[in-house]
Amino acid sequence: MLYVKGFLVALQGVPVTVGVTLIAMVTGVVLGLVLALMKMSRIKVLTALASLYIEIIRGTPLIVQALIMAYGLPQLLQSSGISFRWPYLIIPAVIVCGLNSAAYVAEVIRSGIQAVDKGQMEAARSIGMTRAQAMKLIVIPQALKIVLPSFGNEFVSLIKETSVLSYVGVVEILRKGALWNAATFNTFEAYIGVALVYMLLTIPSSKLVKHLEKKMANSNAE
Amino acid sequence: MSSIIQVKGLKKNFGALQVLKGVDAAIEENEVVCIIGPSGSGKSTFLRCLNRLEEITEGEILIDGVHLSKENENEVRTEMGMVFQSFNLFPHMSVLDNVTIGPRKVRGIDRKEAEKKALELLARVGLRDKADGYPSSLSGGQKQRVAIARALAMNPKIILFDEPTSALDPEMVGEVLDVMKGLTHGGMTLVIVTHEMGFAKEVADRVLFMDEGYIIEQGTPDEIFSHPKEERTKNFLSKVL
Repeated sequence: MLYVKGFLVALQGVPVTVGVTLIAMVTGVVLGLVLALMKMSRIKVLTALASLYIEIIRGTPLIVQALIMAYGLPQLLQSSGISFRWPYLIIPAVIVCGLNSAAYVAEVIRSGIQAVDKGQMEAARSIGMTRAQAMKLIVIPQALKIVLPSFGNEFVSLIKETSVLSYVGVVEILRKGALWNAATFNTFEAYIGVALVYMLLTIPSSKLVKHLEKKMANSNAE
Repeated sequence: MSSIIQVKGLKKNFGALQVLKGVDAAIEENEVVCIIGPSGSGKSTFLRCLNRLEEITEGEILIDGVHLSKENENEVRTEMGMVFQSFNLFPHMSVLDNVTIGPRKVRGIDRKEAEKKALELLARVGLRDKADGYPSSLSGGQKQRVAIARALAMNPKIILFDEPTSALDPEMVGEVLDVMKGLTHGGMTLVIVTHEMGFAKEVADRVLFMDEGYIIEQGTPDEIFSHPKEERTKNFLSKVL
């Protein structure tokens, strides 16, 4: 059955897709936290830089960012006399997905931090903690708990967004399907197979996120 | 010997709203001072200025002879605990961790020692058996008692209480007031904003009556409750007593 074959071919791309998604997610959360703190900082330069970054990244398509990073950057360096080529195109792909995710995650984290009751910071300061200690020990842990479901949603989105990386030469799920299509012309079976594999990843993940959301709602209801 | 808390010409505005219009006060070491007054009088704001949770617009606050400023606020706060109306326990930590985190992270005391002291304090407020529980499993009165233990864990010279029983169901008010009464013998300065007149009468060395951003009158509980001099004081007391 060609549909099965299409599915199995697409399935071969799963390790790359999931790998890229996971690394991008971790990068996105770490960088996103930094950006969120920068944006909330009282140092105007940091606020401006973070805001600028977030505006630009959220204002441009991921695929454009990927092209700039994967092909544009080497060409720019070469024209300045620096010989540069990405050893593997998956490297700029992962970087771009991480940088992209960070911009969205930053806003999520920022809203999470602002959702933490003001009294928490006050109580922490009242026992002598510095603002930094209070953020690290009291506010941010609670903020992350609040936005955990949103992280889950970002993860599901990322899984699907990595499909654009097929355009910059990364052999993930979509590219596997596209290559098989190019070789056999079983176009419909190829892309149905691709779609099914994505669903295989996203549907359980979404269910997990809903489960997490329920857990959060229950733990908050006292 | 100068007072442990000295307030001179304290004014506090929130934007265009003048909440404190010029307050002078002196609180002595080991004194128990209760601040009473109608809503909006500025009592809580005054209290929160003392540990700089609110920044003053004008005037001066001296804590133990030191001018309170942004530069020393953290240090001053290690000697000045606060108990909030809404408890503000840290929900993501156990009761024990709530009490030990201050000593461990701010004073650098090691975990074992901090936990030993914390368990003593929790026993003192009657909640030793709840040490491994989480705040969400506690009643309001229990939460407030943990909050008091958390403040005590830092070994402060002064504890500020911002309407500590106002958010409690009536049947739990007593257990918290009992704990607070226990503190009045402990050689600590207590500044308590409260609506519990009976409590103030019983434990206060001095009562301050505030209204519309000023201290209208102050004196011993007997002076204030039984022989108020000012009209506004009499007015307020007639409504609440």
